[in-house]
Amino acid sequence: MDALDRAIVNALQDGFPICAQPYEAVAQQLGTTEQELLVRLGKLLEAGTLSRFGPMYHAERLGGALSLAALKVAPQDYERVAEQVNALPEVAHNYERNHALNMWFVLATETATAQADAVDKIERETGCTVYNMPKLAEYFVELKLRV
Amino acid sequence: MNTVAEPAVIDAVDRAIIVATQKGLPLVARPYHAVAEQVGVPAEEVMSRMQRMRDNGIIRRIAAVPNHYALGYKANGMTVWDVADARIDELGRRVGELECVSHCYHRPRHLPDWSYNLFAMVHGHDRAEVEAQAQQIAELLGDACRGHDILYSTRILKKTGLRIGG
Repeated sequence: MDALDRAIVNALQDGFPICAQPYEAVAQQLGTTEQELLVRLGKLLEAGTLSRFGPMYHAERLGGALSLAALKVAPQDYERVAEQVNALPEVAHNYERNHALNMWFVLATETATAQADAVDKIERETGCTVYNMPKLAEYFVELKLRV
Repeated sequence: MNTVAEPAVIDAVDRAIIVATQKGLPLVARPYHAVAEQVGVPAEEVMSRMQRMRDNGIIRRIAAVPNHYALGYKANGMTVWDVADARIDELGRRVGELECVSHCYHRPRHLPDWSYNLFAMVHGHDRAEVEAQAQQIAELLGDACRGHDILYSTRILKKTGLRIGG
């Protein structure tokens, strides 16, 4: 990444305008051209430096339910349980973490009922207790990493 | 602070715009016109509807999402805190305001196995940087905190984008 790439990564994390030619507006601020910005943004996405670019929708405001849940999995069962959990389309992310609760995943469902069903299904299939931790309050959500 | 959000009212056109843009905004000079063509409504309507959805929080932001690892943020810590319930909203808001915190939530305890009720994600180039950020949070919480831990992800088992059905 050169200086312009870094400026693009930093600027586009802050937000993007809604207007007829928004890339032109951002390019002007960065002292480059619309065409250059589009080419570089395409490359940053292709290379995986940026994982996505666009509107971030608020799942709960759209009626969906999100939760963070954890399992305490015995080492000898870990790969089997990971496969069973990952197989559910309701599981969006799943991470191994360094704690007695060693498997942490995000459940994303269209409804709260579907979330409860997914929890039941995971308990039945894996034999592990699900520690379900849906948020009780949200204080801040905004990932920005400066480069 | 937001408590858990109420569903908003959206119609079929809003939903079509969401489905057309949830994977990303088109990389063309007039991206909202491209969305409009796909959805079958005028570009002005796409822009005014997206503006409205941004104003009422259905769209959190229109922005780029960075890939931690690609940008050199290799240590991503889920810091978790056992905070006095009476003070959690006040302290959660203040922790969320720290520059280093990207996500901050109140979540339920599961005693006796899990005593932590405040979750704050922090990101560093290495674990020492994450620990320094956790120290900042510890100082802010002071006596209201009875214990904490930092959980690092040691392996990504699955990662897919959140999808909204069409």
